[in-house]
Amino acid sequence: MLELRGISKTFPGVKALDGVDFTLRTGEIHALMGENGAGKSTLIKILTGVYSCDEGSMVLDGRPLNPDSPRTAEHAGISTVYQEVNLVPDLSVAENIMLGREPTGPLGGIRWRAIRERAEKALDRLGLSIDVQRNVSTFSIAIKQMVAVARALDLDARLLILDEPTSSLDDDEVDQLFTVLRQLQRGGLSIIFITHFLDQVYKISDRITVLRNGRQVGEYATPDLPRLELIAAMMGREVQEIEHLGGTITMADRGREQAEPFLKVRGLGAPGRVEDIDMEVNRGEVVGLAGLLGSGRTETARLIFGVERAASGTIEVEGEHVRIRSPRDAIRRGIAFCSEDRKVEGIIPTLSVRENLILALQGSRGPMRRLPREEQETLATHYIQALGIKTPTPETPIENLSGGNQQKVLVARWLCMSPQLTILDEPTRGIDVGAKAEIEKLVAGLREEGTSVLFISSELEEVVRSCERVLVLCDRRKAGELSGEEISEQNIMRTIAEYHEDTAR
Amino acid sequence: MKTLLANAIHSRIIWPLAGLGVLLLFNLLADIEFYRIEILEGDLYGPLITVLKQGSKIMLLALGMTLVIATKGVDLSVGSVMAVVGVLAAFLLRETGGNLAAALAGGIGVAVILGAFNGGMVALVKIQPIVATLIMMVLARGVAFLITGGLPIKVTDPAIRQLGQGHLLGLPLSLFVVAAFFLISVILTRRTALGLFIESVGDNETASRFCGLPTRLVKVMVYVFCAVCACAAGLVSIGFSGIADADKLGVLYELDAITAVVVGGTALTGGRFSLAGSLVGALLIKTMEITLIRQGMNPAYMPVPKALIIVAVCLLLSEAFRTQLAGLFGRRKVSA
Repeated sequence: MLELRGISKTFPGVKALDGVDFTLRTGEIHALMGENGAGKSTLIKILTGVYSCDEGSMVLDGRPLNPDSPRTAEHAGISTVYQEVNLVPDLSVAENIMLGREPTGPLGGIRWRAIRERAEKALDRLGLSIDVQRNVSTFSIAIKQMVAVARALDLDARLLILDEPTSSLDDDEVDQLFTVLRQLQRGGLSIIFITHFLDQVYKISDRITVLRNGRQVGEYATPDLPRLELIAAMMGREVQEIEHLGGTITMADRGREQAEPFLKVRGLGAPGRVEDIDMEVNRGEVVGLAGLLGSGRTETARLIFGVERAASGTIEVEGEHVRIRSPRDAIRRGIAFCSEDRKVEGIIPTLSVRENLILALQGSRGPMRRLPREEQETLATHYIQALGIKTPTPETPIENLSGGNQQKVLVARWLCMSPQLTILDEPTRGIDVGAKAEIEKLVAGLREEGTSVLFISSELEEVVRSCERVLVLCDRRKAGELSGEEISEQNIMRTIAEYHEDTAR
Repeated sequence: MKTLLANAIHSRIIWPLAGLGVLLLFNLLADIEFYRIEILEGDLYGPLITVLKQGSKIMLLALGMTLVIATKGVDLSVGSVMAVVGVLAAFLLRETGGNLAAALAGGIGVAVILGAFNGGMVALVKIQPIVATLIMMVLARGVAFLITGGLPIKVTDPAIRQLGQGHLLGLPLSLFVVAAFFLISVILTRRTALGLFIESVGDNETASRFCGLPTRLVKVMVYVFCAVCACAAGLVSIGFSGIADADKLGVLYELDAITAVVVGGTALTGGRFSLAGSLVGALLIKTMEITLIRQGMNPAYMPVPKALIIVAVCLLLSEAFRTQLAGLFGRRKVSA
């Protein structure tokens, strides 16, 4: 039905897609898989006319497809539901479904009754009967997702693209959505489905295409592809590599008979974030959190740091039960957190490097005991030198620095408080190789000084190199724990795969 | 280092200073009388002194408003808070037979309460500042009417009258109030870390929270401080006019204060702020007002030139406009 051949797309400095082929048959649900940055979104955006491709051809139903805008793609019968539900919250369900194509009367007035009727019909197709005159904002995310699907379908779509539709749904809601998708599939609609959840891929899809680093790795019929092979394909490893490994995987924390871990977490969870996380971090230990995107790594860290409040579970710091309800609480207990979202949760863009650097320290001292200017400058020059931060002066606004240097300032922000536990969430994302190596060196330095580190990274090599113990998370739960010699990329992947096979049974 | 810092402060304040300079230059050429200063019983009088005397209310409001705007907020209620404070002080003076301490305590007390209410609505209930303070703007005005029953109260207390009309060392006494508030706010923000916290919260509140800053406390504090500034402006105002009228006191002053702050180089988008810039901004507005009146303009039309100033500032702040402007001159200037 849809044939993409040799699609390439280059962004300044990056080859996002490199000769990708993709075939979609009529009436199938086709999963598009790949790690972050594999090129899934770029491919979808080319298909829907957001970007144009540099090379390659697209054929839809035997006719060449060259969408130059999302609108022309819609006219060709391609509808997309994006990850963030893009509905207008304060309009009614019917208005949202018909937005931009309201049926008008002879005088150009809107025919409200027709809007309602068509919206009801669209929802009917999905087996959903709700009051279409109610505001969208009054419904659950699952219903909103359905409304978005209904909106997409009203365009007489023949191809529906769902970009991570399930990332904010709970299990029941996912089932509800899948029922609808199967129904649509029976009606002859073809569906491209993007997700990070392996379980869901096996539950719903007929075929899988895997992308990695902008290339198509393979196309498979879902029942013929073992989970291990899928994971290997996504990560670019040989299956034999994973199968022929020595050592076993310990599922429980063994050894490490230390008197008292610095941090002890039991049964930590919050709905829609993570469930039932147990972990310990000993003094001076670097513990990694590994797992695929959406597995709950960041969510775990945020619960510990008090950004979000845990609904269940306990946290002990140095053997003492603590309630961490805000970052301030966590900082008071000696916990520091470098967010993965540098721009939104890290830098104060127009303030200087010096001010950004001393902010957390000053925050812990309170407003009245101001750090004397000379001390601020000493700290700033010290860390600029120690971490090799490239900045014209300490007074340069941090927004003028490169990503890697901003990251170093943010790390320094916590270092100057000498925290007991530093949580680094994707500290090397979006920074160049040299800076990455320096960040890793920094982690090693922290350990030597007796600081514990909780290290989160999508790059398994980094986790393996830096960590003494690794917690593997899967689908928002703990899948296993590796320590010492057991830590290898293969073992981490195997833990993920085995977890999925266990839950599938 | 020192020169860099000086440059930073310099660039922030240079535009309002230049604007003020243009106005003063205009008067020098067109209306030399503007500079005439008379000495009566050792006190100075004249148009320039009037600018300072009448401008002191806006300057006081602008100081508080600067800090609120620096946290990415805005306080529309300052004019109404002025009214409540002025009216309550006058009322207490009348009812207690001239107990100044009771009047001052009542005024400051009510200002703190109203400011804390503003801050609470913004920081804790998370209502948008413009809405929260709009509620207070209407509410406080109503309370002022409740106190007076709609009738203006005469203010005869000599101390309060002195505050608005009196002179010290030849200069208007109210100017010393401004100086005191300026000094206090500079010390509070620059000698402690409050200024850093305010700028940080205004620039990126989420990141500030992640740093462990007391973001909500900071916000509540700036609204309280802003209301206390409005309290001072209210007392100066009733002292100046000798009358406390719930209907007229502080009407539209919030707009002057916001204009002064924006003209003074503190962006409505929060972050970096300049208290001195706001004072210059306030003087700029008042000088323009007096100049135009002296040029024969009907004071009733005053909002029009003020609106023009705001438009001019907004245009200068707009990236798109500056690029176009640069294009007009055929040369591409790189904007920082």
